[in-house]
Amino acid sequence: MAAKTHALVAEFDTPEALMAAAEKTRDAGYKEIDAYSPFPIHGMGEAIGFGRPILAWVIFAGGLAGLALGFGLEYWASVINNPINVGGRPMNSWPSFVPIMFETTVLIAALTAVFGMLAFNGLPRHFHPIFNHPRFERASQDLFFLAVESKDPKFDSVETRTFLEGLAPAEVVEVEDE
Amino acid sequence: MDPVIGPNQDYKTVSDKISDIILGGWSQVPVFWYVGLFAGLTLLGGLGHGVFWLFMNGVGVWGLNIPVGWGFAIINFVWWIGIGHAGTLISAILLLFRQDWRTSINRFAEAMTLFAVASAGLFPLLHVGRPWLAFWLMPYPNTMNVWPQFRSPLVWDVFAVSTYATVSALFWFTGLIPDLATMRDKAKKTWVKKAYGIFALGWRGSAKHWERYEIAYLVLGGLSTPLVLSVHTVVSFDFAVSVIPGWHATLFPPYFVAGAIYSGFAMVLTLAIPVRHFYKLGDFITMRHIDNMAKVMLATGLIVFYGYMMEVFFGWYSGNPYEWFMIKNRMFGPYMPYYWALIFCNGLVPQTLWFRSVRRNIPLLFAISIVVNIGMWLERFVIVVTSLHRDFLPSSWDMYYPTIWDWIIYLGSIGQFLLLFFLFLRFVPMIAMFEVKHLVPLSERKG
Repeated sequence: MAAKTHALVAEFDTPEALMAAAEKTRDAGYKEIDAYSPFPIHGMGEAIGFGRPILAWVIFAGGLAGLALGFGLEYWASVINNPINVGGRPMNSWPSFVPIMFETTVLIAALTAVFGMLAFNGLPRHFHPIFNHPRFERASQDLFFLAVESKDPKFDSVETRTFLEGLAPAEVVEVEDE
Repeated sequence: MDPVIGPNQDYKTVSDKISDIILGGWSQVPVFWYVGLFAGLTLLGGLGHGVFWLFMNGVGVWGLNIPVGWGFAIINFVWWIGIGHAGTLISAILLLFRQDWRTSINRFAEAMTLFAVASAGLFPLLHVGRPWLAFWLMPYPNTMNVWPQFRSPLVWDVFAVSTYATVSALFWFTGLIPDLATMRDKAKKTWVKKAYGIFALGWRGSAKHWERYEIAYLVLGGLSTPLVLSVHTVVSFDFAVSVIPGWHATLFPPYFVAGAIYSGFAMVLTLAIPVRHFYKLGDFITMRHIDNMAKVMLATGLIVFYGYMMEVFFGWYSGNPYEWFMIKNRMFGPYMPYYWALIFCNGLVPQTLWFRSVRRNIPLLFAISIVVNIGMWLERFVIVVTSLHRDFLPSSWDMYYPTIWDWIIYLGSIGQFLLLFFLFLRFVPMIAMFEVKHLVPLSERKG
């Protein structure tokens, strides 16, 4: 039995060619497209019709949680659980709590940034069908790929191939889903 | 101005050149690597020996006494932490300022940070005397019902340094993921492919992933920038919040931060110059990088020197006899040679960097970077020892002499650093390939 198609993948030599092709594909009405490149290309997310990620807000929330955690820890330990009167100074001496609050804010925000980025990206992941592409190992070196995935409602193995071939790629390859 | 990347580089040559250092096999490893690894292992052996003796006998084997209760342990801790800061500065602050010359040096500068923090971390652990109880530093519910004193800079330091170590490791690893994927894709042997594949986490360079990746990386840069300033500020609070003449100064936070960056850039140069030479990386670490690092060293060196002058001025202007005595004792007392050696290393030698011909003379610059490293170590020695050894009461006065165990553990921490750094050179791409590819359009085409 023939395996299902994952995507049709067009190959390009330069980031500019990939960008132009991605914009045309998006404008042609394809939704499930992805681009693969060895380095981030500014504006590529927009070119494949990918909205602003919410990650930045999640990191902000992580930072706030870190701030609350730091202050909560210090307040609870110094005021509620084990108050010690040192020379009549106030128990809730918040200015001296600030450095630790800052550190916990940074710590939790940084952890959220890295693990949030990985989680939203679905990483770590053992395998992805795109790796079936015969030359995909060069996507991390010097080649640029544009994939139109088969789950796209407009996807048609003949029409989409004709469309992609019209974008002047080096080659269009059908990648299987196994 | 010199280019940030050598001529005739394209996407493929960048990946090939940098990954072949690792994947090219043992036959390509320069003799330099074996020498460095051997030196690291030798000194690390000394560390094992020193730590064993310390644990058997306690901190009495060190040269500590009362009044000098803080000796090599704090000197080395501050020295190492300071060295680490240049890595964060290069990777985070220069990222935010969009300085494209950072890209080929940030990877190993960050690695340097990580290993320097690991070496720094040794000293507080060893100095607590009973390191198996070091977890008492962390707040946790316990049967004694006591908590760390959250109003104390020493507790802030625990949080600052542990956060710094964690965030530096995250920053470094996040920057590595795409390059590990390149290594996975370029490796020929199956087990090498699998090893890099595990750490690459299945990275495939999808545009959607890059979008989130760039957000996360920029946020890490934005977080690390104030973090690095806070860490050395808190380290300086360990001193400044006390009432010891010579430590109790509002000058300390900015002066410590500048000193940290100064010593860190010196260490980056100390490492980058031989690495560039022996691995033939002149196309990626160009004269532009070397020159810029020398300039940063000069600028921060001037701030540090200003700090020395202000310390003397404060001592006199305070009208406090203890402060003024401390300054005179520091400059002309029993530790006088250390003070003037410090002024020579950090005040006079860096002035040569005003000259372009000195900044471009690589052997000379290497020598200057070593002098600066020594100078910054002397600075911490002078601050710690000369402030303590003449206590308020002359009956408490004493001298501090480090013992063989102080030296063996200090040199051992250098060994640990060298060992980690040379393992890094062998197994991890030392230049950020995917970032350098951004510079490819700037590479000059020559026939």
